[in-house]
Amino acid sequence: MAKNPPSKRDYAEIDENLRRVFEELSSEQVPDRFTDLLDRLRKGDPPPDEGEAEG
Amino acid sequence: MNAPDPREELVEHLPAMRAFALSLTRNGAQADDLVQDTVIKAWTNFDKFQAGSNLRAWLFTILRNTFYSHRRKSKREVADVDGAFSAGLAEKPEHDGRLQLKDFMTAFGQIPVEQREALLLVGASGFSYEQAAEMCGVAIGTIKSRANRGRRALAELMDLGPDDDLELTDRATLAVLSASGNSPV
Repeated sequence: MAKNPPSKRDYAEIDENLRRVFEELSSEQVPDRFTDLLDRLRKGDPPPDEGEAEG
Repeated sequence: MNAPDPREELVEHLPAMRAFALSLTRNGAQADDLVQDTVIKAWTNFDKFQAGSNLRAWLFTILRNTFYSHRRKSKREVADVDGAFSAGLAEKPEHDGRLQLKDFMTAFGQIPVEQREALLLVGASGFSYEQAAEMCGVAIGTIKSRANRGRRALAELMDLGPDDDLELTDRATLAVLSASGNSPV
C-alpha cells in the first residue's frame, strides 16, 4: 500500500528530536568507572581489562 | 606558557561519547565497555591527535571504529536487551501523545546501524556531512544517503504522514525527562 512520502517538516522534526534525545542522553551523570579509569591512566597504571571492567 | 593537555579535556566528552555509544550498541553495558575501550585507545594515542582539531570528532572516530571492529568479530548486532536505548531513557507520561520519546527511540533502534550513526552524527551531534564522512571513512554522498534513508525509515516506522507531527518536542514531555534524572544505562 502506497504511503505519502514524509515531508521536509517530518525530517526536520526527526532531526530536532534526535538532537533533544542526544542532549538528554549526554546530560546523564558519567559513572565513577570512567573517572577511576582516567585516574589510572594519569598515574600510568595499567587500565583494567574487559573482565575487570565488567565487575 | 604551556598549552593545555588535550587529555584533560577528554572527561568533558565522556557524556557525548556514552550517548553515541549507546546509539550504536543499544545496550548499556556494551556502550560503557565501548567508551572505556575508546578512552584507553585515545589516551595511548594522543600523540596522533592534531592539536587544535576537533577532539570530539577524533574521539567519536575512535569510538565508531572500535564499535565496528568489535562488531565484525562478533558478527552480530546485539539487541536492546536491557532496554537502555528505548525504555530506559526515562519514565515519561503515557498520555502525552501518540508519538512519544519511547516510540521514537524504539523506531530509531530498528533502523540499520549505519543509518543510526549518520543521523546521530549529522542530525543530533551537529557534525557537518563533510565531518561525518571523514569520521566514517566514506564519501559525503554516502553519509547524506544514509541519513536520508534513516529519516525516511524513521518516518515510515512511526507512520508519519503529511499531516502528522512528531510530538516529542513537547516541552512538558522533555521537562519530565529532564527532571527524571534516570540513568539510561
